[in-house]
Amino acid sequence: MTWLKNIAKAILPFVLLSGPVMFLSASEILNPYWVQIFQLACIVAISALGLNLIYGFTGLFSLGHAAFYGVGAYTAALLTKLYIGAYGDEAVFATGAVFLGSLLAGGGAAALLACLVGLPTLRLTSDYLGIATLGFGVIMKVLFDNADSFLPQLGGARGMTGIQRMTGVPWTVAALVAAILVIRNLVHSTYGRALVAIREDEVAAAAMGIDTFRYKVIGFTAGCAFAGVAGGLYAHLYTFLHPSTFDFLKSFDVLMIVVLGGLGNLTGTLAASFAWVFLLEGMRVALPPEYIEFRWVLIPLLLIVTMLVRPRGLFGVREIPFLRNKVYR
Amino acid sequence: MYALIALGYTMVYGIVRLINFAHGDVFMVGAFLAFYSVEKLHLPLPAVFAVAAGGSAFLAVVIERVAYRPLRNAPKIAALITAIGVSLFLEYFTALHQVFGPNYYAFPRPFQVVSLEIGGITVTNIQGIILLATLVSLGVLQYVVHRTKVGRGMRAVSHDDVTAGLMGVNVNAVISFTFALGAALAGVGGVLYGIAYPQINTFMGVMPGLKAFTAAVLGGIGSIPGAVLGALIMGQSETMTTAYLSSTYRDGIAFVLLIAVLLWKPTGILGKARTEKV
Repeated sequence: MTWLKNIAKAILPFVLLSGPVMFLSASEILNPYWVQIFQLACIVAISALGLNLIYGFTGLFSLGHAAFYGVGAYTAALLTKLYIGAYGDEAVFATGAVFLGSLLAGGGAAALLACLVGLPTLRLTSDYLGIATLGFGVIMKVLFDNADSFLPQLGGARGMTGIQRMTGVPWTVAALVAAILVIRNLVHSTYGRALVAIREDEVAAAAMGIDTFRYKVIGFTAGCAFAGVAGGLYAHLYTFLHPSTFDFLKSFDVLMIVVLGGLGNLTGTLAASFAWVFLLEGMRVALPPEYIEFRWVLIPLLLIVTMLVRPRGLFGVREIPFLRNKVYR
Repeated sequence: MYALIALGYTMVYGIVRLINFAHGDVFMVGAFLAFYSVEKLHLPLPAVFAVAAGGSAFLAVVIERVAYRPLRNAPKIAALITAIGVSLFLEYFTALHQVFGPNYYAFPRPFQVVSLEIGGITVTNIQGIILLATLVSLGVLQYVVHRTKVGRGMRAVSHDDVTAGLMGVNVNAVISFTFALGAALAGVGGVLYGIAYPQINTFMGVMPGLKAFTAAVLGGIGSIPGAVLGALIMGQSETMTTAYLSSTYRDGIAFVLLIAVLLWKPTGILGKARTEKV
């Protein structure tokens, strides 16, 4: 019966989170714009969880997260564009299956690329790894910009259009819940403890018999896969992709979320993702139009103040019970 | 051009091990100060350089004091995020209408452009000035770091700041001085940029800043000749890409180069290999 209980446990947060939002949006209390923002927050959270796995748990300083997000977005968008038309609009189940497949393929493509990039670059340490991944991010942006020269559907610098709107509240929430479960189980498994050991002290970890390089590649690849899936969801939410969405400055956004929430802290990442997205959009509404440019003046100030007051992130090492490690409780 | 900004990055990194993302924006502020002192105050060229360098240096010292100093003993990432925050703040704050404004401004040419042809290569006097300024600042920096008292302090802090403090070095003053010196160079770089590409706006610091940092890493971060060498390689490779391949690939090529070099020599061309201590 434990497996039934476990499934129930996974479905419960899904229902709790998506139910009210869907109800509110169906009864038109919540306008579509805010529902979209809610979905964006879920997507950002998935991507940020991935980066937390890379940086927070494994200690790999990656500044190229937005590039993997972009790879996932473009891959998934291309696949749905190529295959969904074949089934027509009636076959909801088939299009859903194609969409799910495309999302997974987006994650897979990001992971594959992460593995290819990681194999050489993960031998670098700390800041050098950061700058190499940052460089990779810029290279990918240049490639996205020029993508139309080898595959016209990708649109290049003009942006990719004609993507079907597939992402809905159930999709994003399900993906988020799945991401949380996978990450939680991963970080508290043997693999997760190996990753944390590498973060704490690579030499000591190696001395304990951990194949540090192999685990670093695994951590990096897994984290980027999350970014890929999140990218796929993003593509089918906004139905338009532009290279500027995936440039290196966006990698900083995700990094800021992870650091604000606290490194290696899942609760913090989730809270920070939602706070970040809603703050950005909320200020768009709250500020009078002539002061809208102040948005990006206030946010960095807030960021600086938060960092000065709480250098270890908003949540430090506190976690909500569900995400805590059972072994040490 | 990149060299001047790269020098500032490499100095700050060498001393406090912080990637100062706001450096590119200090460079932007330098260019704007120069713009105003030419356009509104009609200052002569040497005074323009002095205003830009002095203003940038002052700004950097303030940033260091307010944002970085309280975080010196915090996790490194906190300071890095703060640096990103400062960078964004400077960009968007100066883009407000009340400050510099979000538009592009035409930078007035303070003198006529003269082209000279030496052995089949066309050289303008602007390029000459940039080269001269770079060489002079390289010389001055080498002198300051290796021959003066404050330079000795910088090297000591870079080696081990706690011990340096115990030995009577005023660590805070040395770090402030480093920021000021690096920023002054960025300010000069900003003026030169304005003269060479006579169009400035408040986001102009992002790409040059990033590439200058890449150049510093390429040459071996913390090494002053390395920064100049890295910057020269970067500049050349970009020009070559624009000339022979396509200008759309220009921004990418520098980073391809960077990754290649890092894989071959993980601490940069002139960087010293660090041994891992247990």
